[in-house]
Amino acid sequence: MAPEPPKGTGPLQKREARLAWGLLFPTLFSVALVVILPLLAIFWISVKPVGLADLRATAPIVRETLRGRGQDLQIEYRLRNSSQTDPIKGVTLTDVIPPQFTLGPVAQPCVLTGRKLACDFGDIEGGFRTRLRIPVTISGDPAIAEDAMAQSPPTITGTADNILTNFSFTFENFARVFDSSEFYSVLGVTIFYSVFGTIGALVMGLFAAMLLNKSFRGQGILRGLYLFPYVAPVIAVAFTWVTLFDPFSGSANALLIQMGVSAGPINFFGERPLALIMVTVFEIWRYFPLSFLFILARMQSIDTDMYEAADMDGASPFQKFWYLSLPQLLGILSVLFLLRFIWTFNKFDDIFLLTGGNAGTRTLTVNVYEQAFAVSNIGAGAAVAVVIFFCLLLFSFLFFRFISREEGL
Amino acid sequence: MPRHGYIAAPILGALWLLIVATTIAVAMSFATGQAFRPAVGFSLVWGAALGLALVFWQGSKSAAALAALALFGSALTPVGPMIFGPDVAGATWAFSAAALAVVLVVSLRQILAGLRFGAVNRHEFEEAAIRFLTGFGYIFFTAIVLIPFYVMVMTSLKSQQALLQNPLDFGLDLSRGWGLLRSYYELFADFNFGRYLWTSFFVSVLTVIITLLFSIPGAYAVARLRFRGRAAIGRSILLIYMVPMIVLALPIYIAFSMTGLRNSITGLVMIYPVTTIPVALYMLQGYFRGLPAEVEEAGLMDGLSRLAVIWKITLPLSLPALASVSLYVFMIAWNEFLLAFMLLDDPSKFTLTRGIASLNSSEIPRQHLMAGAVIATVPIMALFLGLERFMTKGLTAGSVKG
Repeated sequence: MAPEPPKGTGPLQKREARLAWGLLFPTLFSVALVVILPLLAIFWISVKPVGLADLRATAPIVRETLRGRGQDLQIEYRLRNSSQTDPIKGVTLTDVIPPQFTLGPVAQPCVLTGRKLACDFGDIEGGFRTRLRIPVTISGDPAIAEDAMAQSPPTITGTADNILTNFSFTFENFARVFDSSEFYSVLGVTIFYSVFGTIGALVMGLFAAMLLNKSFRGQGILRGLYLFPYVAPVIAVAFTWVTLFDPFSGSANALLIQMGVSAGPINFFGERPLALIMVTVFEIWRYFPLSFLFILARMQSIDTDMYEAADMDGASPFQKFWYLSLPQLLGILSVLFLLRFIWTFNKFDDIFLLTGGNAGTRTLTVNVYEQAFAVSNIGAGAAVAVVIFFCLLLFSFLFFRFISREEGL
Repeated sequence: MPRHGYIAAPILGALWLLIVATTIAVAMSFATGQAFRPAVGFSLVWGAALGLALVFWQGSKSAAALAALALFGSALTPVGPMIFGPDVAGATWAFSAAALAVVLVVSLRQILAGLRFGAVNRHEFEEAAIRFLTGFGYIFFTAIVLIPFYVMVMTSLKSQQALLQNPLDFGLDLSRGWGLLRSYYELFADFNFGRYLWTSFFVSVLTVIITLLFSIPGAYAVARLRFRGRAAIGRSILLIYMVPMIVLALPIYIAFSMTGLRNSITGLVMIYPVTTIPVALYMLQGYFRGLPAEVEEAGLMDGLSRLAVIWKITLPLSLPALASVSLYVFMIAWNEFLLAFMLLDDPSKFTLTRGIASLNSSEIPRQHLMAGAVIATVPIMALFLGLERFMTKGLTAGSVKG
């Protein structure tokens, strides 16, 4: 019998796999911590009734003071529930009394054992507050005694139901999101913004790439220049646009009035259909450089032989573009379309800075912020985020199904 | 059929004169703040006439000179292609008329270069149209890119009254001398911008270092080593690209609020690299794949361990890619706004972008806001222009994140 080749994974292969996982571990760990965990958290929060105020956990709070003067002294503990509504269970207070102090009679609910004072308040309601005064006599210097008291602060324990970790669930967040008449207009705005922003950036990028797809002096400078909108910080260019198109002191309005295009100032970022068009134009302006760069890179890798052959056959410039360049670019164009579509869909900063989501420019992502922070309803914000996530899941499915094979991206 | 020189040339000429007149009017308005505007009807008529003349006397220099003179003369009359406001001084008027005449005739001659007066074939016609579109494209793109940046810089140098008086007047009052830079001085002196600049720089550099430390080994593993799940990891990296930041920002905000990491630079430095690691890993693994594996195998044969191979062979070979990735990551961290905005409330810990956001209030004059924008833009632009080659390469190397 001939010797058989070894089956299964050999020790070398195992070592290589172990090394690979070892090298990948830091990345996977950090990504899991900052991406996967928050995603799970979003799902969890979206079915919980959480407001912005609930982020501060409910806890008992105590303050210790020494009251009275001369020999008529009292230690006062002021205790309260930090929440007005939520109860706290099993609240206990313990304090070590410094040796300078001699306590008088200790009343319920406290017990003094040795130098240790323990008070059991049981369960307290929301909004609960009480004062506990214990008469006391001091031996020695009062100042030193007071310092000693400050040295041993009381400890207080109690378990409150944390809304983020308990098991009360609600579908009210989703109901609120889907029921509001606003939701469908938000969805419409998002789709308008994503579709036209993406197509506009692609067409502009294609045009710019055709301009620079020949070598001449200054080509490098122009290429660098055309990338400016993408490289500059979004906050800088967004505020510049707001300044430029300001209805009162904006240069664009002054120019339009002077040229006789418009009779009075136009509130570009404040009027209803116009604001949405303007944020879409901004998106196109800011991201055409990216499409331009990719399309240019692809154009420069097209074989020139084809064009020579076409010249021999007498093809005109437009024919060459339509029948040769465009089919060659179709791959990168479709990849760019899908990726840009997803990222435009995800975009938050631009609209937030330009209009704050007002004047009919609220997209889904801006709505997350609006619900969570402006309306202070974290749960509803998370519910919108979940909706976004499912949209993206659909898009990524499409991406991998139809596109990723084409360009090996 | 437009395929006759005597039809194509007037059409192209008319449109081209309108474009040039508009461009010069806008440029002059922005430069001086005075009233310039193109006269659409007269522009079309004059342009058509010039187009016809230039194509009739094709190639004749004296005809071109005559055309330029005629256009210059017409621009000084009320029936010219441009209308001047009453405040425009004679010299400025003459200057813009001359600029219009020279620019138009020179460029129109080039556009119409291949055309004949009679019938032209498809090639000649389309080439003329393409030259026209190219010219338009250069003007259009340069204008839309430059105007906002021009407005940004010039607004930051103006005073509040000057801005309100004439929003178009970007002319600088040079007699103010150093007073021009007052907004900048006040930002650094009263608004703590020196500190913000330093914080932004510090956070960005740290982000670059941490990103590289994490992504280099990961990228190497994905690119070179064989293990089960390699393809799946390659794909999930791309998926992480597609998760919107605002979705993550909400739980991060909650977690940071509860652990007290909000309002701390540490928290920011913990989060920023994770947003850039997938991008960096994706870019680097593409580059590592392109390196010849034979060199590394030779190293292995000579007794180097894998880690030594990465350190001594792969990394020195991929220095250009590391430069691109570092630049790109630096740019992302420097420009990042959303997380800084949500996580930082304490003015002593602001990054630059957060600092600028705090200037956006009705109490603070516009020129301060624009000066802040310039301060944030200049370093990244300088870096970008200096290392443009790496940047373009880095951007196209698989990272389309925006």
